[in-house]
Amino acid sequence: MENILSVKQIKKSFGGVHALKGVDLTIKKGETHCLAGENGCGKSTIIKVISGFYKPDGGTIEIDGKNYPVMTPAEAIKAGVQVIYQDFSIFPNLTVIENLAFNQVLANKKKLVNRKEFRRIAEEAVSKINFDVDLDALVETLPVADKQLIAISRALLDNAKLIIMDEPTTALTKKEVSRLFEIIDQLKKNGVTILFVSHKLDEVFEISDSITIMRSGENVISCPTSEMTEEKFTYYMTGRHFDANDTEKTQRTIGKPVLEVNGFSAPGFEDINFTLHAGEILGVTGQLGSGRTELSLALSGLLKPTGGSMRLEGKEVSFSSASKAQKAGISLVPEDRLTEGLFLPQSIVDNITVTRLDDLGTAAGYVNHEKVLNESASWVKEIGVATKDHTFPVSTLSGGNQQKVVLARALATHPKVLILNGPTVGVDIGAKYDIHNLLKQLASEGVAIIVVSDDTAEVIATCDRALIMQNGRITGELGKEELTAQNLAAAAG
Amino acid sequence: MKGKKIDGNMIRLLIIFAVVFLIASITKGSGFLNVGNMQTMAKTLTEYGLMAIGCGVAMISGGIDLSTVYIANLCAIIGGKLMVDSGWGILPAILVSLLIGICCGALNGFLISKLNIPAMLATLGSYQLFMGIAIVISKGSTVSLQVGAADRGTPKGDMLNAFNGFASLTVLGIPVPFLVFILMVIIVSLILSITKFGKRVHLVGTNANASRFAGISNVSVIIRAYMLSGLVSAIAGLISLSRLRSAKADFGSSYTMQTILISVLGGINPNGGFGNIPGVFIAVLILQMLSSYLNLFPNVSNYYRDMIWGIALIGVLILNFYIDQRRTRKLAQQ
Repeated sequence: MENILSVKQIKKSFGGVHALKGVDLTIKKGETHCLAGENGCGKSTIIKVISGFYKPDGGTIEIDGKNYPVMTPAEAIKAGVQVIYQDFSIFPNLTVIENLAFNQVLANKKKLVNRKEFRRIAEEAVSKINFDVDLDALVETLPVADKQLIAISRALLDNAKLIIMDEPTTALTKKEVSRLFEIIDQLKKNGVTILFVSHKLDEVFEISDSITIMRSGENVISCPTSEMTEEKFTYYMTGRHFDANDTEKTQRTIGKPVLEVNGFSAPGFEDINFTLHAGEILGVTGQLGSGRTELSLALSGLLKPTGGSMRLEGKEVSFSSASKAQKAGISLVPEDRLTEGLFLPQSIVDNITVTRLDDLGTAAGYVNHEKVLNESASWVKEIGVATKDHTFPVSTLSGGNQQKVVLARALATHPKVLILNGPTVGVDIGAKYDIHNLLKQLASEGVAIIVVSDDTAEVIATCDRALIMQNGRITGELGKEELTAQNLAAAAG
Repeated sequence: MKGKKIDGNMIRLLIIFAVVFLIASITKGSGFLNVGNMQTMAKTLTEYGLMAIGCGVAMISGGIDLSTVYIANLCAIIGGKLMVDSGWGILPAILVSLLIGICCGALNGFLISKLNIPAMLATLGSYQLFMGIAIVISKGSTVSLQVGAADRGTPKGDMLNAFNGFASLTVLGIPVPFLVFILMVIIVSLILSITKFGKRVHLVGTNANASRFAGISNVSVIIRAYMLSGLVSAIAGLISLSRLRSAKADFGSSYTMQTILISVLGGINPNGGFGNIPGVFIAVLILQMLSSYLNLFPNVSNYYRDMIWGIALIGVLILNFYIDQRRTRKLAQQ
């Protein structure tokens, strides 16, 4: 079989971060190939290189036997490469018909809109995957799974030869996933090649013909799925052999209640109840859009609650800003460190000490530079941020070290409750374990911790208890003994 | 620690300054290098120099202030009216003017931070508003501080003379307005570099979303940044009132463009978060020298001036783009 795609020695750096260190990826025509790897291993970057979104620093791209020295998004589409991104890149305020027909009408350079023509194109598109949907519905009113199928139908209209699906199952229920897999099978029969990007073990084994695993910006193995075992898969993804003892939790004494939440509601979730104790690590898990992020924001003063109550150490509290929450003892490590967490071009010092300015400065507002540097230096040392000089911009750090900086800033406020949303997203393995160990250590010192995460392994490795969220509500709770991959998957339904 | 980081931008500015100074001195000799010319330059640059500081602070906070010139004019007109028509003393009139400047800035800050109006639009709108108020108050004409025959010798006349004389005072040959400018450069520099507020201005300017997550009150920081800009603009207005003995609603409208040029030339990042006031100070000196130097060539028509400033601004922006790109590449190699 010939190859539809062959990329060799692709390199790409952002600032000081080497996202891709020479990646090879070969996909045979007509197969379903899985690209696996932990968050931050470079999966998304390589996709964006293939689709012409990023210009690589080195390497070659060959599609269907043709070499592309410079790839642009337009050329990638012409070559038959289509990417279904996690957000599907569709227009929520338009109807299904408009979303489907738009590209083609634009591509044909038609200036006028012909309703009948639109409908014909749309009907043709959905028929390709036997997708049953109200064509006149506004896309925003449809469930996530349907939006995804719209994106797939649209890709097929553009004569896609290779469809890249970036973590397509993140926001889907079990049933929707099996429907997606049926469609993938059907596409395969029609000769379309699929690159399926995922880090979920069971899905990968179910759907793919061959697997490529990436770790820290390099591809570590490529082989047919039949030659892969679950054990090897985990090893190649994480770079370490999982030991049964590894997941055994260190015994911590769970103290008295610190945070009690009752009937808590805000846009995105409602009627949340839980009690968090000192020294406890509570997991909050759920799919994208389940309300987990909104909950973390509302608890830390960044989203205004609409109902219910929050008690911190027995006292009823409500916060109108993040700084009020910090002063009361609740700190958040936000979900996206690049847009919410860090002042990227500013120094590591400023990034760490931003939450401490009030304490380091005098009442009149004067801030002693020496004091700020000392504070920053002590955190850099304590938390193990790898840098030559902490006056360098934080953008020079690797993902893991950047995350440590965000963490250091949250810890500098000496929180009683530490909330982390996706604490190790896009972080290399070494830093990930550092961060997990740090969380355990903090908990043993009596800090109450909430880990919001969709990374099953992370929840199992760190949490004492986990709440499962769905559609803005808590739908399940798993205690320490029940915290297994199977139970979490079952609870997420 | 402090000597360790010598700002590359500062060195670049000092070199440009030296080169322009040398070229002007060599080619024009005593026509350029004389006390009178130096004093004129020092006096002229003070007004737009102060406004450039204001625009610079706004830019560091991630915005821009296009209304500085009209805040200055409004404050000058109100100050002048209070002294001429209402018979107020110098000090109360000055204080009220400064207060008005601060309020104008607070309005800008409110529009930008609380109502999320882009700074460019908010200050463009408020510039029209401030000019409009100034036109209404002055009934569209010039507010003159000239002492008429009737007032000569009266306490009011003496007071107006005292105020008008302020701009021409010198200390050791240095015009007092210029000294006020230097004082404000020092004060604003210190505010931006060694206070909580200053650090926060830089951080909000870098990433307003991240600063919200970090617990900074963006609204308070941005309002205060524009209040500072309004205050220095009001000082500029009062100095021009004293120097010209008059104020007009649309005086110095070409300064708006120059304040932006100076801020960018002075190394303030138009995207926010970076830059310092000493850089702005040197940029003011460079621009004034260039401007005075051009004046010494009678055959270079004034018609060319706007074109030259436009080319200069775009040139500096392009240069900064390449310098930035090189710096990113260097960091990537580490």
